[in-house]
Amino acid sequence: MSNIVAFIELSQDGGPGPGAREVLKAASQLGDPIAVLATSSLSGSTVGQLAALGAKGVFAGETELTSSCLQEPEVETLAKAVQALDPAAVLVVNTTSGREIAARLAVRASGGLTADAVAVRKQDGMVVATRLVLGGTYSVDSTVEDGLPVITLRPGAFEGQARPAEPVVTSLGLKVDTRAAAAVEAFTPGADSHRPDLRTAERVVAGGRGLLSKENFVLVEQLADALGAAVGASRAAVDSGFIASGAQVGQTGVSVSPELYVALGISGAVQHRAGMQSSKTIVAINKDADAPIFDIADFGIVGDATTVVPQLLHAMAVRTP
Amino acid sequence: MKIIVLVKQVPDTSEERTLDTESGFLERDPQGNVLDEISERALEVALRHKDSHKGTEVVALTMGPSDALKALRKALSMGADSGVHVADDALAGADAMWTSRVLAAAASAEGFDLVITGNESTDGKCGVVPAMVAEHLRLPLVGSLDSPGISAESVSGRRECGTGTMTVRAGLPAVMSVTERSAEARFPTFKGILTAKKKSVKNVALAELGLSGATVSTAGRSVILSVARVEGRSGGRKIVDHNGSAATELMEFLADRQLL
Ligand SMILES: Cc1cc2nc3c(=O)[nH]c(=O)nc-3n(C[C@H](O)[C@H](O)[C@H](O)COP(=O)(O)OP(=O)(O)OC[C@H]3O[C@@H](n4cnc5c(N)ncnc54)[C@H](O)[C@@H]3O)c2cc1C
Repeated sequence: MSNIVAFIELSQDGGPGPGAREVLKAASQLGDPIAVLATSSLSGSTVGQLAALGAKGVFAGETELTSSCLQEPEVETLAKAVQALDPAAVLVVNTTSGREIAARLAVRASGGLTADAVAVRKQDGMVVATRLVLGGTYSVDSTVEDGLPVITLRPGAFEGQARPAEPVVTSLGLKVDTRAAAAVEAFTPGADSHRPDLRTAERVVAGGRGLLSKENFVLVEQLADALGAAVGASRAAVDSGFIASGAQVGQTGVSVSPELYVALGISGAVQHRAGMQSSKTIVAINKDADAPIFDIADFGIVGDATTVVPQLLHAMAVRTP
Repeated sequence: MKIIVLVKQVPDTSEERTLDTESGFLERDPQGNVLDEISERALEVALRHKDSHKGTEVVALTMGPSDALKALRKALSMGADSGVHVADDALAGADAMWTSRVLAAAASAEGFDLVITGNESTDGKCGVVPAMVAEHLRLPLVGSLDSPGISAESVSGRRECGTGTMTVRAGLPAVMSVTERSAEARFPTFKGILTAKKKSVKNVALAELGLSGATVSTAGRSVILSVARVEGRSGGRKIVDHNGSAATELMEFLADRQLL
């Protein structure tokens, strides 16, 4: 079987980040997953975690510059891995950093890039990626000809876990050319949230401009906590300052496809629907009986969210299952 | 300082957008095309620097069919000094790799201190072109900035990156990409619209950049195998609330679907 490079983005503590499981799982569908990462020094616990997630190889570029030099250590490690491993594809989770790293690598390795795949497969010797485009209204299968396929994966789209493996470990000292890289001057960790990550959450409760104030938006957070859900928002809610921009769902925010999506005071503009209409179950509460969100809601309530949500919270609290 | 802003014409997202299921290409109705909102923000970042720094030159660069000129004119009416339009039949259906190569070559030919672009376009949404352009030019990318800053020697700003917020900086020349959290774009003034007609737009053919349709085959190409329309979903039950009465029904619905 051919090697498939799975790029591992590290989390703040230096271990494999939340995308590691997904990228190794996707790689296992195409060939032998080789975990590739840039780190100041490769630890036994990182290798152990990657082994448990199915890495048949671990390839690390080691440099002290990983925290001060933006992306170049990662791109250069991947370029070295491509030379050494002759992979059939390189997979990278589509995060803010991941896609910039993938883009640079595709150019450096004279490859071709497929962005935001929701599925990958091998077909007649070709690596085929499926993407959802135009807000999920079309699905497109594509491949890369005459070059290495570099594919970014939509976070949350790949379920399950590859079978644990015993990886062959390679680490090399990396020379980094800092001239073509930006410098990282400071890093502030995000507020530690007790809530699940929006991109991969199984349940999402989202609020819109209809909540009218930051005070009312607390209802969205309370319902999210009662359901064990992540908090999402429309762009209008973000623009109104009800919540931080990371919560924005939609065309220019994150795309989610949870088991349950609850939309409170959200009209359902096409740009919002683009990021949530593949959710399994959609519930909407909106004052306006003609709001377009009802066209895609499995359960719609024409009513005031600030009345219905407190009642719902109360009913859930006293419910005996 | 000379700033090149990469701008793109895209179908208006408030209209329904369709794909040709044969070719996989976007069906572009020239009437419904607009200058991408994120391009306007990228331009705004450049124009604000120009407002406060005399001697700043702002050039809008686009690649696209002949009607993309409309997007350039909009950029000029907002305040860009001149435009560059790369148009060539060989560019029809160009993928991100090909596009970035052409944009990088055109930027080099024009000359610049800084290239500013939106982080992702509204139609493609891949978000890979800025980093590809930077790699072709072998320049640093200060990417996905929410709050971009430009000084005489460097560019910097904050970017969100999942685990937190980073402050990044690079010396010029550099490539910068901005998110929709950056500057809110200005509207063209009446005077701006009038003077835009007199501003120069350079037309550039591929051959002038030392590129041709054949050059593309030296790198990997993205090839579409099939396109399918995804079944739209339809509305289910809809009830009207009376003073919170709907809460009980909603709870039953959630319990039925094992979602509580
Ligand atoms: C290029 C571009 C990209 C965009 N990207 C995104 C994106 O990524 N995500 C996104 O969300 N939007 C995006 N938008 C914006 C989008 O077009 C809409 O403006 C936005 O989604 C509207 O948010 P909203 O539904 O919260 O607000 P509104 O459309 O104002 O809707 C508010 C709703 O709340 C209801 N309401 C009012 N009071 C109550 C109450 N007490 N109880 C219940 N309901 C109530 C109203 O009936 C109304 O339906 C984009 C737009 C453009 C042009």
